[in-house]
Formats: sequence, C-alpha cells, structure tokens
Amino acid sequence: MSERTTIDARGAFCPGPLMELIATLKLVEIGDEIDVLSSDKGSAIDIPAWVEKVKHEMVGIEEEGDFWHIVVRKIK
Amino acid sequence: MAKKILIVGGGLAGTIIANGLCRQLGKELRANEVTITVIGNNEQHMYQPGLLYVPFGRIREKDLFRDQRSVLDRRVIFHVDPATKIDISTKSVATESGTTHEYDYLVLATGSRLRPDTVPGMAEGAHWFYDLDGARKMREALEGFDGGKIVVNVNAPHKCPVAPLEITFMLRDYLQERGLGDKTEITYTYPIGRLHALEPVANWTQPEFDKAGIKYETFFNTKSIDVEKKVISSEEESDIEYDLLVTIPPHHGSQVITDSDLGAGGWVPTERETLLHEGTTDVFVCGDTTNIPISKAGSTAHFEADTIIDNLSSLVTEGRMARKYDGKVFCFVETGMNQGTYVWFNYTTPPNPGAPSQMVHWFKLAYNRLYWLSARGLL
Repeated sequence: MSERTTIDARGAFCPGPLMELIATLKLVEIGDEIDVLSSDKGSAIDIPAWVEKVKHEMVGIEEEGDFWHIVVRKIK
Repeated sequence: MAKKILIVGGGLAGTIIANGLCRQLGKELRANEVTITVIGNNEQHMYQPGLLYVPFGRIREKDLFRDQRSVLDRRVIFHVDPATKIDISTKSVATESGTTHEYDYLVLATGSRLRPDTVPGMAEGAHWFYDLDGARKMREALEGFDGGKIVVNVNAPHKCPVAPLEITFMLRDYLQERGLGDKTEITYTYPIGRLHALEPVANWTQPEFDKAGIKYETFFNTKSIDVEKKVISSEEESDIEYDLLVTIPPHHGSQVITDSDLGAGGWVPTERETLLHEGTTDVFVCGDTTNIPISKAGSTAHFEADTIIDNLSSLVTEGRMARKYDGKVFCFVETGMNQGTYVWFNYTTPPNPGAPSQMVHWFKLAYNRLYWLSARGLL
C-alpha cells in the first residue's frame, strides 16, 4: 500500500521546495507519493520539469489560495 | 521532586540550550527544583565550520576542539554516553552504558551525519571536508594534486548550504596560489536548476563562476561514481570525468532517531514555530535534527536554541510557552581566501546578500574564535 508524505515548504527560502523533494524521495518507497506545499510559484514549473527529467511521475498540481500542492510519485 | 530536563546531544544546539537554561533557571537550580542533563557522544566539542580551512592547512586542528566539560556551565550534569533508544511514551532515554534517564522535558539535538555509503562508489572514490578524517584526506589529496579536472559535487540534503560554494572559491584561490590555476578545470554540480538553493546567492554566484572560469552543471543528482574510470554519473543521465572528486555527501539524521522510530531518515517531525516534536508538549527538537524545511546550519541551531531556552524556562517556571521561532537563519559566505559576505532570512523575509568585502571575511575569521562564546551562551 503506497503512502503519501507531505512536505510543508511554504516560506522555505533555503534549501527550498525542490531540494526538499529530492531529499525526501531518497527516503520513501517506490510507489509512494509526496505532496510538496510551496508558496513559490516557480516550484510549479521547476518541480514538474525536474520530475520529467529524472523520470518520476507527476500526480498533479493544484493552486490553493496563496500556495501550490505539487504531488509527485516515486517510480524508480 | 525536581523537574528533569534532558538534552540528547552535545553539539552546538544542545550546548547552547543547556547553558542558556542554566542562566534562566538559576534560582530553580539553586533550590534543586530542576536538573539539566546533557548526554553526548564525545568528550570534545568540535567547531565544525573550521573544517572548511583544514584542506588548505589554514587552521590548526587543535583549534577546532575544546573540552566539552569546559564549554558547558558547571551546573549541567554531563555524561559521555550515547543514547541508544528514546521512548517518548515512557519519557525515558536509554544509553550505551545501560543507563535509563527519565525526563519531564526532553530536547532532541542529535544532529546529522554524512552518508557517502548511500551512493555507490562515493565512500571509495570521493573526498569531503565535512568531518575531520575526510578533511585531512582531502588536504593530502590536494597536496599531491598537480593539475587536472576537479569536480565539486553537492548532494541533498546537506548542512551548511554555503560551504560548497566557499570550498569552490577557496579551491580556485588555493590552486592559483600554487601556480596550478591554468592547469586545472573546476566543475561544480548542484542538485537543482541553479547554483545555490538561495536564489539571490545563485544569481550572484553565476557571474562570479563565469569570471573565475569555474564550470558548472545544475540538475545533477548523483547516481553513482565509477572509481576505476573516475566518472561521476547523475540521475539526470549526465557523466563527468574527474581527476579529483570533492563531494558534499548526502546527510541523514542520527541513528538513534531512526532506531527510536522518531522520524524517517533520522529527521524528527517538528512544528515550525514551537519547535515541539509534532503531537507532543514536552519534546523539543533543535538544529539539524528537525525536519523543518530550512537550512541545516549552526546559526539555525543557535536561533532555534534561543527560542527553546525561553519556552522551556517559561514552561518550568510559569507553565506557558514564551514565544515563537520566526525561522531566522544567518550565514557567512567566504567568497575566496580574502573576501566574504553574509546573508540572513526568515520564514517571511527573503534573503538579500550584500557585496563581498574583506571586512566581512575578517569578521568571519573573528567568529571562528567567537564561536566558543556563542556555545557558552555569552554571545
């Protein structure tokens, strides 16, 4: 059964949402999902671009008020 | 019955908190209404930022260390006896010697550790300066280096986010001083799409790297290192050849955190403003140990420690929390052997570094000494 981990990276200037995602992907199992909460609109572009580059999977992006949910599935 | 405050970890965070609590709870300590105990792993306290200078022979190793007992307030009960199991349901911590410490309030300050072993080939093929043994080996490797390709490879997560930039600039200066500047190519790799996590620092670094002839590759997350062929490969399917590989290995939290099921990777889930372990009212977490998505740095530990000291003292004396942590981080950035700048930010204020100057570099050198006052809680 896959699990979902949430990273609340809102207001995180350093190391920032993508770096948090990269670090967390190393800790979860294949098939698990990570929900990155980011208040940096750049994350909604950077994260999908990187996920495609390393061949993980985008589950979805949703804007909620002043932040974004960016959900990624680890597939390798 | 005296209230027992137990601090697990004798690094910067644990030391500042223990000393700060002694200052704020002097009356209660005199009246035997409270005890403050630190359990650590070492008799010696190491000034970790000083490791940056070791590969270049710019610091005496003995200047990195002080006797931990001498750094702690004499009212602190200190044991060198590493924690092996933390049980927050029974409010107790077991140690290597077989002792069990009970507590009323617990502070987890167990720090982070290097895990080069999690990347194939890294432990065998790379050099690093984030621990003394690694920094000594890197110094030997640099002494024997007579030109070629150097790769400075940064992995996530890691503490002291500016140290990789500092080592790169310092390497450039060091090699030029040795007359090897023209015979050496430095390539810096970084996990995300710019040269540093902090956007203004990344924007400042790129033209500086261009000016210095330092090459770079972004979106580089290390997959493996072929030690025989001297090639480092990324998850993004890029390969770079090297003659000397300097890495910032990925970090994990402490083993005791993992063994106690307190957090994946050894990072403890922590509320970002109270610094309490999520779901608890008596377990504080400080420094690298938290899973808060901010820089793992000495200054973070220091500012968090100040908040915990105020809140824990207030809880003991008045049964209430005093204030919130605002996410403050401050970092010096050495931009070469003779220049430096600094940057600060918090949860709501973005970073905005100033132009590098020799004065800031001197201040950082001064801080290399002032650290000990900071650990003692005097600065």
